[in-house]
Amino acid sequence: MQNTHTEPNLLEQSVVVIGASHGGVNFAFTLRQQGWLGKITLLDSDPELPYHRPPLSKKTLQSDDVKSTPLKVEKAYTDSNIDLCLGQRVTAINKQSKTITLKCGKQIAFHKLVIATGCSPFIPPIKGLIDTVDDKGNAQYFAMRTHADAVAIKTALNKSNDKQVVIIGGGYIGLESASSFIALGAKVTVIEKQQSILSRVTSAVMSDFLTQLHISKGVDLQTAKDVVQIKHTANKHYVVCSDGTQYPADFILVGVGVRLNTELAVTAELALEQGIKVNDVCQTSHPDIFSIGDCTSHFNKIYQRWIRLESVQNAVEQAKTAAQFLAKNSEPVPALPWFWSDQYEYKLQIVGLSQGYNEIVVREESPEQFSLWYFINDTLLCVEAVNHAKAYVLGTQAIKQNIKVNKRILSDLATPLAKQHLLET
Amino acid sequence: MAKVIFITKTNDAVEVEGDSGSLMELASANGVTGIDGDCGGVCSCATCHIYLTPDDFKKVGTPDEIESDMLELDDNVTQYSRLCCQIEVSDNIDGMTFRVAN
Repeated sequence: MQNTHTEPNLLEQSVVVIGASHGGVNFAFTLRQQGWLGKITLLDSDPELPYHRPPLSKKTLQSDDVKSTPLKVEKAYTDSNIDLCLGQRVTAINKQSKTITLKCGKQIAFHKLVIATGCSPFIPPIKGLIDTVDDKGNAQYFAMRTHADAVAIKTALNKSNDKQVVIIGGGYIGLESASSFIALGAKVTVIEKQQSILSRVTSAVMSDFLTQLHISKGVDLQTAKDVVQIKHTANKHYVVCSDGTQYPADFILVGVGVRLNTELAVTAELALEQGIKVNDVCQTSHPDIFSIGDCTSHFNKIYQRWIRLESVQNAVEQAKTAAQFLAKNSEPVPALPWFWSDQYEYKLQIVGLSQGYNEIVVREESPEQFSLWYFINDTLLCVEAVNHAKAYVLGTQAIKQNIKVNKRILSDLATPLAKQHLLET
Repeated sequence: MAKVIFITKTNDAVEVEGDSGSLMELASANGVTGIDGDCGGVCSCATCHIYLTPDDFKKVGTPDEIESDMLELDDNVTQYSRLCCQIEVSDNIDGMTFRVAN
């Protein structure tokens, strides 16, 4: 149906949000708080009440009941008049008729649409991987993305006698899970294809620190190993590498990266730039279609390049930016990326993006408390802090306010790490 | 069981009650505006900033090192600031009123 009627007033228009995780949920609630009166429909293929994803590999996996932490209680959706439709897969966006189609065939009309579909774990085509099943035929290879994944992993761990787990991929998901498995008394092998763990996202200094940390906690960490096949016996699986080595497993966790959920955007012919291309206010190439979170790519004003971020913070900030723009035409605030990871008793906090650095200044208060400051010439790009929230906070302030950091004082432990000493005005 | 009141930035009073978990979880579950808890309660984001009264602050206690450092992220920090993800819901806080910082 062609949309030829006069559209209702902006604030009374219908909004459909595809994807109800950190991005979609925060968008819906912010939009309502900003005075939106029209219908807000929030859809997700996951049947569970939307939950925090970061705890899945940490607190959730380690807890006895493997309970998720909901983003909002069910009542909050009703109170804010947000129509939450779970277990619903969207199969098409129809730009002409301004409708979306659900798998069940139902169509929902929208005035404004938000794509918050995120990404999905990439399961590599390793020979024999999909045959990694238990005696009842249940898959014994897992990703760590949904609450159902965490529950399935915990079930597999609890029923395995030897508690042997092999993790393919030494990224954040793999390493946080390794830390949780160790806490749960499992024997853990991590197999990484690259020469070092986290090589895509951090420096050799941080990679070496985390390598030593995991080894000291008992993880069998194998790098520069290419997994080529999974072999199976009656009660064990073997992860076989190209050099002929093999590692026994009761179950396998795969954490080798993600694929963006951009299919709907592709078929709707929205512009792409690695991910779904969005402007400063998260608008796609179609003025009535917005996109937020992991599936998007934006031109970052601080780093002056197109970037795609897989992070809760990016999803939440883009959600707020889009909602505030839509309801109130608000100007966006340039976003500074930040991340965190908890492994064993170590809290890693990262602000900024280190790519392109030509110098690292290390501030080591102790082996358990230090920070890495990444510079390009005199410009601070990123701070990675281990059990060092002060460094993280100062780094955030310096990058946000574009304040020069005195490198000499930074590396001088005799001078306390404090704003008045460190930041040059 | 604790019954507490949050006063939001726009001066709305929201009364909530709970008996376990963190104060951030209780507030965000009940949709208290200004308590986001984006990091899920691990003291990594400073989006659950509240002010206590001086008396309540004494009773609840001072923030630890990480929490006080994280509070510095917010320009609105005062000597009675806390991140409510680090406060447990218990009888100890029953009857208290908190002001939401943002």
